[in-house]
Amino acid sequence: MDFALSILEQGLIYGILALGIYITYKILDFPDLTVDGSFPLGSAVTAALLTKGVNPYLSLLISFLAGVLAGTCTGLIHVKGKVRDLLSGIIMMTALYTVNLVIAGSNNVPLFAQKTIFSNSFLEGITGGNIPDYTVILLVAVVSKLLLDFYLKTRSGYLLRAVGDNEVLVTSLAKDKGSVKILGLAISNGLVALAGSVFCQQQGVFDISSGTGSMVIGLASVIVGTSLYRVFTKLKPFRKKSYIKVTTFVFLGAVLYKACTGLAIRYFMPQSMKMISALFLLAVLLLMLVFDNMDKKKVKKNA
Amino acid sequence: MLELRHIHKYYNPGTISEMCLFQDFNLEIQKGEFVSVVGSNGSGKTSMLNLICGSIGLDEGQILIDGKDITRQKEYKRLKRIGRVYQNPAMGTCPEMTILENLSMADCKGGFFGLQRGTDKKRIPYYQELLSQLGLGLEDKLYAKVGTLSGGQRQAMSLLMSAMTPIDFLILDEHTAALDPKTADLIMELTEKIVREKELTTIMVTHNLRYAVEYGDRLLMMHQGKTVMDISGEKKKNLQVEDILDKFNTISIECGN
Repeated sequence: MDFALSILEQGLIYGILALGIYITYKILDFPDLTVDGSFPLGSAVTAALLTKGVNPYLSLLISFLAGVLAGTCTGLIHVKGKVRDLLSGIIMMTALYTVNLVIAGSNNVPLFAQKTIFSNSFLEGITGGNIPDYTVILLVAVVSKLLLDFYLKTRSGYLLRAVGDNEVLVTSLAKDKGSVKILGLAISNGLVALAGSVFCQQQGVFDISSGTGSMVIGLASVIVGTSLYRVFTKLKPFRKKSYIKVTTFVFLGAVLYKACTGLAIRYFMPQSMKMISALFLLAVLLLMLVFDNMDKKKVKKNA
Repeated sequence: MLELRHIHKYYNPGTISEMCLFQDFNLEIQKGEFVSVVGSNGSGKTSMLNLICGSIGLDEGQILIDGKDITRQKEYKRLKRIGRVYQNPAMGTCPEMTILENLSMADCKGGFFGLQRGTDKKRIPYYQELLSQLGLGLEDKLYAKVGTLSGGQRQAMSLLMSAMTPIDFLILDEHTAALDPKTADLIMELTEKIVREKELTTIMVTHNLRYAVEYGDRLLMMHQGKTVMDISGEKKKNLQVEDILDKFNTISIECGN
């Protein structure tokens, strides 16, 4: 049970990160490597704030804003500096490594003694102590998801979706496509840094290397999640209109991916973790290929 | 009124493939005029549209709208008062978004895209009415993704969307070229209807001489960056395809087409 809960917790935290990657990778069609720097940026900012005694809930917000700033920088480098998408992310990711070290003060900051979003007098006051970690994480995850869902239905959100879909139309609508891209990168990295903040508070430690590979985990979660969503929307009862959104499936993807790595560590050699993650992702992609082929055949038969 | 004054435009300047397209090119288009433009490939038709919209820069000269110099204005700012339909039906719509979402965006063109609801539910009957005028049955498909529509349906939507908000100019860049003849006729009829209803100043580039003769108040034929024919008024009304065919063949042969 503990094992399952820890997978759920990790999955939900990385799900918030995956929401951010969903914006860049799926909506903007922008392979954003800033993530490997903005995830620990959220942790670093949080570590610095918590050790100074700042309210842990406020640290979530400030981490988000720090991520927004990082994303804006990537966007400016790409849009104003005309640097290729992949490279602008790499530049920011590299620069953020130093920034993170400076903000946190060292490459490892223990936070066990600090008040966090999981243990503080306010939380104990209203719940009478002992509230499990996953409820807090679930709350942050659900709020982020609902806010993103809401945003994507606004005019600004429409424009964000349009810029990844057809840039020309955005210009035709008399809007600067560059600013829309910057905005998308800002929101995306804000969510990533928020995930970083929750992550370090849950782990009870800031570690400079925590960001390494976070882009890959997030990307895998998004691919697994959106693939499942495609299968789901083809199912008969949900074909017409479904109230379960793709963002929910992004979380599901993250939880499944974390479950896969968790099982790998538990039941196989710890070294096998990366191999099993890779095979899991490959299996999902191949299954989607089979699924799409079946779908095509079905269409042919009906025609 | 739109004025192009002493336009010079070079492609690949300073290289071995340097090419001068426009040398002292001048054009005036009056308010409310519907101009059709024909010409061979490389004659500068699309380049002219790109210069007007600001998609490409110019080397010398001025572009004025109602006497106001817009030569250095950014493309997206100019397009606030310009609607543009492209040859490729995919350019005017977002394929992954629904018909309703596409129309809602076009409805807000020039406005502020903030945190208001993307789709104003009260406008849906109005959108349905607009769509039903197309006669393509799109009014019942509001929640279908535009990517699932045919080229003709998409182009009809592009046209509708480009002129939803009040604009001064409608720029049509071979907008029927990618469609089958029947659909092309339908789109042309729709174009005529929208242009006349909203009294839009229109520039239509086409390869179809019949459309150029049949529609519009003025006909321009372009060749190597110059206007070689400019017919308007009564003469344009009585114009037949045969009248311009000879001239068109001569310039086409010169280009080796």
